[in-house]
Amino acid sequence: MSTVIKIENLSKAYQLGNIGTGTISRDLERSWAKLRGKEDPFLKIGEVNNRAIKGTSDVVWSLNDISFNVEQGDALGIIGRNGAGKSTLLKLLSRVTAPTAGKVKIKGRIASLLEVGTGFHPELTGRENIYLNGAILGMRKTEITRRFDEIVDFSGVERYIDTPVKRYSSGMYVRLAFAVAAHLECEIMIIDEVLAVGDAEFQKKCLGKMGDISKGEGRTVLFVSHNMGAVQNLCNKGLILDRGNLGFIGNINLAVNNYITKHLTQSVAKQWEVENAPGNSYAKLRSAKVYNPINDTDDNIDIASGFAVEFIINILTEQLNQLDITYHLVDELGVLVKVASTAFSMEPLYLKESVIKVESTFPANILNQGIYTLSRVLVVKDRGHILTEWNDVLSFEIHPLQSNYLGWQSEKEGVLKLSDLSWKITTDYVD
Amino acid sequence: MNTHPDEEWDIELTPDSSWCDLKIREVWSYRDLLLLLVRRDFVSFYKQTLLGPLWFFIQPLFTTIIYTFVFGGLADISTDGLPQPLFYMAGITAWNYFSDCLLKTSSVFTANAGLFGKVYFPRLIVPLSIVVSNLIRFGIQMLLFFVMMGYFAYSGHTFSPNLYLLLFPLLLLLMAMLGLGLGMIISAMTTKYRDLSFLISFGVQLMMYLTTVVYPLSTVKAKYPQYQWLVEYNPMTSIIEAFRYGFLGEGTFTVTSLLITSVSTIIILLLGIIIFNRVERNFIDTV
Repeated sequence: MSTVIKIENLSKAYQLGNIGTGTISRDLERSWAKLRGKEDPFLKIGEVNNRAIKGTSDVVWSLNDISFNVEQGDALGIIGRNGAGKSTLLKLLSRVTAPTAGKVKIKGRIASLLEVGTGFHPELTGRENIYLNGAILGMRKTEITRRFDEIVDFSGVERYIDTPVKRYSSGMYVRLAFAVAAHLECEIMIIDEVLAVGDAEFQKKCLGKMGDISKGEGRTVLFVSHNMGAVQNLCNKGLILDRGNLGFIGNINLAVNNYITKHLTQSVAKQWEVENAPGNSYAKLRSAKVYNPINDTDDNIDIASGFAVEFIINILTEQLNQLDITYHLVDELGVLVKVASTAFSMEPLYLKESVIKVESTFPANILNQGIYTLSRVLVVKDRGHILTEWNDVLSFEIHPLQSNYLGWQSEKEGVLKLSDLSWKITTDYVD
Repeated sequence: MNTHPDEEWDIELTPDSSWCDLKIREVWSYRDLLLLLVRRDFVSFYKQTLLGPLWFFIQPLFTTIIYTFVFGGLADISTDGLPQPLFYMAGITAWNYFSDCLLKTSSVFTANAGLFGKVYFPRLIVPLSIVVSNLIRFGIQMLLFFVMMGYFAYSGHTFSPNLYLLLFPLLLLLMAMLGLGLGMIISAMTTKYRDLSFLISFGVQLMMYLTTVVYPLSTVKAKYPQYQWLVEYNPMTSIIEAFRYGFLGEGTFTVTSLLITSVSTIIILLLGIIIFNRVERNFIDTV
């Protein structure tokens, strides 16, 4: 296999803050330094991109000295937290902006899909927009004509093809746009989380098409997403970016696991003082914890123990309200496992100004091992109106059992443990 | 340079690009996009309008009427002996093409930031498409001009179209190149310094009064010989004077003045392309 993208010491610096005031003097200083063959005075003081810490300089390295190769036919998933440099990398590769330092070499035609429907004009018909969008993405007119029927067929908006796209529903719009992009004739395709659109059926179709592109047609795909499930499904290699640096590159499963264990920082208990407790004027969260309900400790939660969740919440509303406490449990890929709520299991609860302790127990032997997160904790009024919401409150691990009864340590077999399905096998079955 | 001579790379992205790479070949490979953009501009212009392309006529027609009233009637400025409406219409048609090209290209980066921020294609395509779509508009306005010429010829006015008409394609090309070149220089600078976008719409108006749109060059020469260079060295002046001379038989231009205009236009265009291509690489970070 041959290398189709070669990235050598790639860096990109961005200037923070306002661009505008004082830039002429700064520009002059810069070009003066360049003329004398010196380093750019405003780049020397750059620092690692960490959005949480206030930096001292206003130049930030969004990508810092990155080198890697992509082989032909690879589907490379690029993962990392917000601000890790994923989008910057894609922008550089799709030539929207130029690198500050380093080099990128590319073999073949490259098509980037940083957004669905770039350049669509609302007044033009679907047909006209297919041509326009295709040409913007780098196709020749004859190529578009050749694939026109395929595109329309894939989009499923045949009936509306001669209607201006401003009359389309947003779903139809996106379908048409993705259809054009999916039929681009290129060797390398760059895709940025465009799948967060359309209905479930269409998303599945898109993922399928992208799978075809990378696996079936031998094209190279670079894919950025926060959806670990999609990345794992689609890609064979993974790349982790961490604050502008290359964290890891290799097998996709290793990359995803690596990312999850490193970046989903586990915390099984949190507490806040009254002054800085998160929340709003309706409720503040004072503490949250997850523990093993059998031995009452916070370590060693496993499949057989189940787990318990406890919140202490300051309710601040002055009127008496019917309130419910709800939490969302997601797994390491962000898949929603359970919405648990007092609304489902208790008599209506009427509350005003008080401190409440909420405890719930999640039964044992339901969930498999893995890292689970309380992605949302909500205080809900009148069974539907969200008063307060806390995000990503706690993360904890459910450990696998030492060995299961079959005697082998298995890989995770889905989210659910539930081993006692009922089975029936009929032999010599005749239809 | 390349450590593996057997490796052929199609695209190489580096922090700096060569100054004199005009990217003409790349632009050529995107020629279909240029035509589609022109089509988009044209179609979207008249969609959902009652009068459609008729609007292209209305603006020059009314401007001519007003100019005839103000500059011809009230101020009584000479028109080299030509029928006033014809004189103004010739100036307006040519000037409009230039100023439309200039104004629209000068906002290319800011107006298309959304598009440019998402996908790469040679950015030069967009200003080129503007020049071509304005050509359609210019063509329609020329029709109006011809109709008016016919009307005045029929009603007994004398003016004499001559062989200098053959200069018309060159004049058109010069106007396009000048508008494009200046527009690209300004668009490149507005990505950082927005002040220029305020300056430009007002600057173009002022520039019109330094060009022989509402008065002939001969009058300036007669009345203000010490300031005539201001008007004469304006590249648009010799274009408009030559345009009037070719179609109507009156106008003051020399081969030298046209040559100077051509050379300065080419320099401005080259400068424009170079600056534009430099800014294109990074503008999305500062826009």
